[in-house]
Amino acid sequence: MSADPVVSRDDLAETVHESTHEGGAHRDAGHVTADGRTIGGVVMEMKNITLRFGGVTAIRDISFDIREGEIRAIIGPNGAGKSSMLNVISGFYVPQEGEVWFRGEKRPWMRPYQVARQGIARTFQNIALFEGMSVLDNVMTGRLTQMRTGIFAQALWKGAAEREEVANRENAERIIDFLEIQHIRKTPVGRLPYGLKKRVELARALAAEPALLLLDEPMAGMNVEEKEDMSRFILDVNDEFGTTIALIEHDMGVVMDVSDRVVVMDYGKKIGDGTPDEVRNNQEVIDAYLGVAHD
Amino acid sequence: MATTPAGAADLRSIPALLERNVRAFGDAPAYREKEFGIWQGWSWAEAAREIDAFALGLLNLGVAEGDFVAVIGRNRPYLYWAMVAAQSVGAVPVPLYQDAVAEEMAYVMGHCGARFAVVADQEQVDKLIEVQERLHQLEHIIYIDPRGLRKYEHSRLHQFSHVQDQGRAAEEEFAPELERRRARLTYDDICVMLYTSGTTGKPKGVVLSNRNIIETAKASAEFDALTRQEEVLAYLPMAWVGDFIFSIGQAYWAGFCVNCPESPDTMMTDLREIGPTYYFAPPRIFETQLTTVMIRMEDAGKIKKRIFDAFMAHARRVGPAILDGKPVGGWDRFRYWLGNILVYGPLKNVLGLSRIRVGYTAGEAIGPEIFDFYRSLGINLKQLYGQTEASVFITQQPDGEVRSDTVGVPSPGVEVEVRENGEVYYRSPGVFVEYYKNPESTAETKDPDGWVATGDAGFFEPDTGHLRIIDRAKDVAKMADGSLFAPKYVENKLKFYPNILEAVVFGAGRDRCCAFVNIDLSAVGNWAERNNIAYASYQELAGHPRVLEMIQNHVEETNRSIAEDEMLSACQVHRFLVLHKELDADDGELTRTRKVRRKIIGEKFDDLVTALYDGSESVYTETEVTYEDGRKGKIKATLEIRDAEVVPVRAPRKEAAE
Repeated sequence: MSADPVVSRDDLAETVHESTHEGGAHRDAGHVTADGRTIGGVVMEMKNITLRFGGVTAIRDISFDIREGEIRAIIGPNGAGKSSMLNVISGFYVPQEGEVWFRGEKRPWMRPYQVARQGIARTFQNIALFEGMSVLDNVMTGRLTQMRTGIFAQALWKGAAEREEVANRENAERIIDFLEIQHIRKTPVGRLPYGLKKRVELARALAAEPALLLLDEPMAGMNVEEKEDMSRFILDVNDEFGTTIALIEHDMGVVMDVSDRVVVMDYGKKIGDGTPDEVRNNQEVIDAYLGVAHD
Repeated sequence: MATTPAGAADLRSIPALLERNVRAFGDAPAYREKEFGIWQGWSWAEAAREIDAFALGLLNLGVAEGDFVAVIGRNRPYLYWAMVAAQSVGAVPVPLYQDAVAEEMAYVMGHCGARFAVVADQEQVDKLIEVQERLHQLEHIIYIDPRGLRKYEHSRLHQFSHVQDQGRAAEEEFAPELERRRARLTYDDICVMLYTSGTTGKPKGVVLSNRNIIETAKASAEFDALTRQEEVLAYLPMAWVGDFIFSIGQAYWAGFCVNCPESPDTMMTDLREIGPTYYFAPPRIFETQLTTVMIRMEDAGKIKKRIFDAFMAHARRVGPAILDGKPVGGWDRFRYWLGNILVYGPLKNVLGLSRIRVGYTAGEAIGPEIFDFYRSLGINLKQLYGQTEASVFITQQPDGEVRSDTVGVPSPGVEVEVRENGEVYYRSPGVFVEYYKNPESTAETKDPDGWVATGDAGFFEPDTGHLRIIDRAKDVAKMADGSLFAPKYVENKLKFYPNILEAVVFGAGRDRCCAFVNIDLSAVGNWAERNNIAYASYQELAGHPRVLEMIQNHVEETNRSIAEDEMLSACQVHRFLVLHKELDADDGELTRTRKVRRKIIGEKFDDLVTALYDGSESVYTETEVTYEDGRKGKIKATLEIRDAEVVPVRAPRKEAAE
């Protein structure tokens, strides 16, 4: 992705180092990568997260951070605990140990909708759209967190409620245009093929104007062409709206192409963290992917 | 559109027409584009301001008079403005096909030496950057949609709206220059340069002057009484001469509104929303629409289906006559009126053709039943015959004289003549100036008196004066007895049957015609399924006796229809066979645009041709084929040859004349 990786990656490594010292509350000035994007300070920091389900430890003492404007990937073989990690970030799971810091504040226990209000939106591995509703309506539901008028005002649809609806529709239409799904605007989602549904889900997540966008296996089950399309959309979203993106993926090729930094997990542990090049040359990562006997 | 006599003399360029439109009806809509789910509109006055701003921006970037400005992208108001802005500063717009690969663009842009390119988006910018090394003249690329282009190096790359902003900022400095240049435009200046797709060799740049475009727009707008109330949907490639005439020439002359669809995929929805009154589509689009309707009717409930069938049968009987204003009985009229409420009206609405006043199709032959279907609904669908070199119009069908087998009478101001060899020539105010930097081709095509060879063979029907195109001139030949042989005419008739995908007719220099037929696997396969005919392969289906039976019926029907035509009655197909493989471009039998390569097929299947003519009942053959992965293989087959019944013909013309 970047033409001149050396400069930016070194820069990045330094700033990362620095910010971990300061505990994430500090916002450094940010810097510009070789391809012209601005990577800012730390938005979210996971500190020593441990998540257990009964006797099973899904995540074991993991720490990493997500910086503003970057594309951060979490990869690992099946059962490594990637989805659990995403669910911790989205607030769906509460870790037994460790802290989640978001925008410089330690996050208390929250319900998922409260997390959504904070500006975190996500897509799902198994697509969770309203099948009977049109694409447009599905995207509009993504705006729910932005709605300010009450249920009665909306039923009457006068004044503020009407203006709000118009503004929301306009926002939804911009996203529909951005993701090139105009031709299915009025089509019920249930009639769409898989690849398009994935795109609609991304559209709905974007409609919430998230500060942090979580993508759970955005390319799972796609063919090469659909993967290329999706990669382009992810990069474009990041570039155009400056959205911070954290994604889970097990297709290594795609991850290495789109992300700025990668966390590698295996059996609930973090075994690597760094730029795609660093991760690629990490012996532990290679072992995990090629399958070395574990003790 | 009435113009003041004083004004008419000044209307010598597209920018002058724009000025007239702003003065006469500045608030009327000029452009609409659906974006963000809503139709956004610009009046003539607003469009003129946008065009001026961009023209000033171009001056700011240093456009000189006579420069070429390439325009690449799908139909969008911005690109139309870019073309008119280029004309305003004395430059020449060169629209290019947006789906062309970088190589093709490199050739065209290198050939005209374009200094500027106005393109739609990142995709087009990338293509130009890919070949920029070879394009020494190309100085600036201006793009409309900034998406994905943020990181690009911007020293020679500009965003459309920024160019406009800079133009507005520099208005004081450049406005007088813009005025000067606009005033200098004459009738003989180049209006636009369009590259023909070029089936043989490299594309040729057709230079069309203001005179060509404006005279043609004026004559054709009067022919169909186009007013500024028309609505058109601009969806055909901007690089095609038709779009330039419809969306710029006629639109500026008559002052009607040009609507641009949201995206290529939403064309049908946008068509319904706009409901154009003036519409052009190639036969393929009409065919697809009809098929969609028919498939949906097959799935409809019994009662609905029966109502549909009954009224459609009635429409087929009286619809065209009502459309042409011929006398029709009161009862029939009543039933048609009822049908309009129940079936035709809603159907036209679904097709987006409710408001059509004038519809045209051209480009290739249209099946008579498709043509009649639309006409019977009351849609005034007509045919025209044209070329880039003629600024489109050569002949067209007047209202009330429409038939599927002619292309109409010469358009106003066009002289047409058929020379001894049967080739059609024309001369008109729309005839192109020259092929850019290609005097040899210009001389070959256009003689000093201004007559242009079309390359098509045809004849005028004696009683109606309508022109009928029979074939490409180089394909037309004589049979052994001297009668006319027009293979494509027969092939087209055969191909109108859904079961026949391709047909190749032989007969040049021979005593009778014979044909190869390719079945359409989807249509015939569907038919086989419904009739419980089992088959394991294409080859087996193609050789099935009942399939042969069916094809034989089609061939005989075709023969009967050909026999009605005095000139071509000798072209009836005496013997035919159904090919054991589909003709394929990979095997060199078709061109990439799916046109039959008659000569190559004749050589390749020489044994089959011989068998057709030596009277044998079946023939064994081996054919080499290329698979999709490039491997080669052989197909062996024994093909049955059938005799088709022919209608006895009166003695060939040569003898009859004696």
